[in-house]
Amino acid sequence: MIQEISTKKATYYEELLGKGYSRRDFMKFCTMITAYMGLQASAVAQVAEALKTTPRVPVIWLHFQECTCCSESFIRSSHPIVADIILDKISLDYTETLMAAAGYQAEEAMAKTMKDYHGEYVLCVEGSVPQGADGVYCMIGGKSSMDILHEAAEGAKAIICWGSCASNGCVQAAKPNPTQATPIHKIIKGKPIIKVPGCPPIGEVMAGVLVHIITFGTIPALDGIGRPKAFYSKRVHDSCYRRPYYDAGMFVETFDDENAKRGYCLYKVGCKGPSTYNACGVMRWNNGVSYPIQSGHGCFGCSEESFWDNGPIYQRQAAAGGFGIEENADKIGLVALGVTAAGIAAHAVATNLRKTKAIDSLIKEGKESEHELKNE
Amino acid sequence: MDTTYSKAHLLRRVFVWELPVRYYHWINALCILALIATGIIIGNPPAIMTSREAYASYWFGTTRFIHFAAAYIFFFNFIFRLYWGFVGNKYARWNQFIPTNAKFFKDMWAILKSDIFMTRGFQVHTIGHNRLAGFIYFLTFIAFGIQCLTGFGLYSAMSDWWLPNLFSWVPALFGGDFMMRLVHHWAMWFFILFVVVHVYLVFYHDYVEGRGEISSMGGGWKFVDEEVFQKNHPSEAKQENKK
Ligand code: HEM
Ligand code: SF4
Repeated sequence: MIQEISTKKATYYEELLGKGYSRRDFMKFCTMITAYMGLQASAVAQVAEALKTTPRVPVIWLHFQECTCCSESFIRSSHPIVADIILDKISLDYTETLMAAAGYQAEEAMAKTMKDYHGEYVLCVEGSVPQGADGVYCMIGGKSSMDILHEAAEGAKAIICWGSCASNGCVQAAKPNPTQATPIHKIIKGKPIIKVPGCPPIGEVMAGVLVHIITFGTIPALDGIGRPKAFYSKRVHDSCYRRPYYDAGMFVETFDDENAKRGYCLYKVGCKGPSTYNACGVMRWNNGVSYPIQSGHGCFGCSEESFWDNGPIYQRQAAAGGFGIEENADKIGLVALGVTAAGIAAHAVATNLRKTKAIDSLIKEGKESEHELKNE
Repeated sequence: MDTTYSKAHLLRRVFVWELPVRYYHWINALCILALIATGIIIGNPPAIMTSREAYASYWFGTTRFIHFAAAYIFFFNFIFRLYWGFVGNKYARWNQFIPTNAKFFKDMWAILKSDIFMTRGFQVHTIGHNRLAGFIYFLTFIAFGIQCLTGFGLYSAMSDWWLPNLFSWVPALFGGDFMMRLVHHWAMWFFILFVVVHVYLVFYHDYVEGRGEISSMGGGWKFVDEEVFQKNHPSEAKQENKK
């Protein structure tokens, strides 16, 4: 009897019951997370069934060059079961921030999971990997993050890249990228990689991605860049409640003007919503309380690649890279237009000087023809 | 009077631009003007202060609509022109634009010297596009392609139709919409500069060569010296001489 319990892995449902949740709590959670995953209502039963019957999926969660805002966001996702189901001792075999173990014990726990569940565990990576100076910019337990990543990725069933750091490098990869911070997909090849960009990503989105993997045993449908379609197929702009002001051409001109007070569209003060793929407008933050645009600040595109390098945060105009911060493409274009106009003027003058012979002969020829016609 | 006759050029009327080419040209011109005008507004909308409610106004939406409508026309017109490059007359063919041999570049250099730097005497050998113009048009075709790729790449996020969605792979090329949008914006300046130089040079050629350059895109005819005609159409000229 005792032996049986210790070898049989508990399912998610059993673990939750053990923690004092009721069946009703469980079903509420399933309904909520199904909606978040963008599935239809009939999928609720499927999710519930899966969580009832599948044993827990082991998760290893690594932290490299990051600020832990992804973890912070995750543990604040609106339903407590999310944190309990994944983060509590149930599933998380290794994560520097939240595990009880430390030092040798922790390293051993990770090694054990990697060995026991080879090919089964999900590897979550928070942070980018510095490739500069042989990776000394990020060392854990005497190993470089590069080595740890390679080791952990080898036996992973799938890799989830939490946040912009792991997905595209984020701030530390901004020019000139002194540590050569590198996103995971540029290092690990041949494994299913799910990118969940954002600085941080929305907690419910993170939960949705994990629950999808757990319940269906597959990775969610991804877009061309590798992000789950359910959360990243629409732009912030597409679900923005200020959108009617955009279409009406009513814009905030400066942050302290009358239009800002009236809640007009933030396009002209640099809102990057039209270029940013994320679910902020729908899910919002902190249990759906608000999101940047609702607080009066434009979206600055934290989930898009190189958002730090792609122009000014508080301006609309296309910034021209490499010409200094104050320059923008239109100023350079206007200068080019002026130079062109000057060139044309010079050319027109030169034409009348250098081509006089050709032009004169044309004129003469024309006049002579005219003359002949009169004489006829 | 004798001298006058010998000096006068014998001109031939040559049908250079077929009707589809002329249609293409003017549709393209109108579309590009509309796209530039609306594009500038989209990139940097004017500050219009109004006390009206948002539901009562839609001017920015309309501006974008015009941009997208013009974009579709521009796109199909462009596709049509590519097709015509294979079936049109010899002045419309693809090999008028794409350099295939060293002589193409030599001719380009000669035209640069005579028409742009004016260090060399005046001479016209061609009937359709001169080599330099042809090559510049080749560059504009590339710019059309870039603008269609980035434009429809941006548009694919706003549409459920399969056609724009064929371009949904484009953002990944640029690492996302940010860069793609910038490239789309920068490329506009190529069009603006091109339009200015193009219009000037058409006037220049009309003025200096007296061959009806400007009106040719209206009726399709150019007036060409007999020698130039014989050089460009040796077989036709020979046949006529036989008659
Ligand atoms: C001569 C060709 C074109 C020019 C000069 C042009 C110019 C521009 C400019 C300057 C912008 C503003 C970019 C910014 O936000 O700074 C823009 C936006 C845009 N253009 Fe074009 N464009 C051209 C062709 C096209 C084509 C063929 C399409 C295809 C559908 C297209 C679709 C778009 C879209 C979707 C936007 C973004 C509009 C928005 O977010 O509301 N454009 N264009
Ligand atoms: S505030 Fe930003 S996201 Fe919202 S409509 Fe305006 S530009 Fe779009």
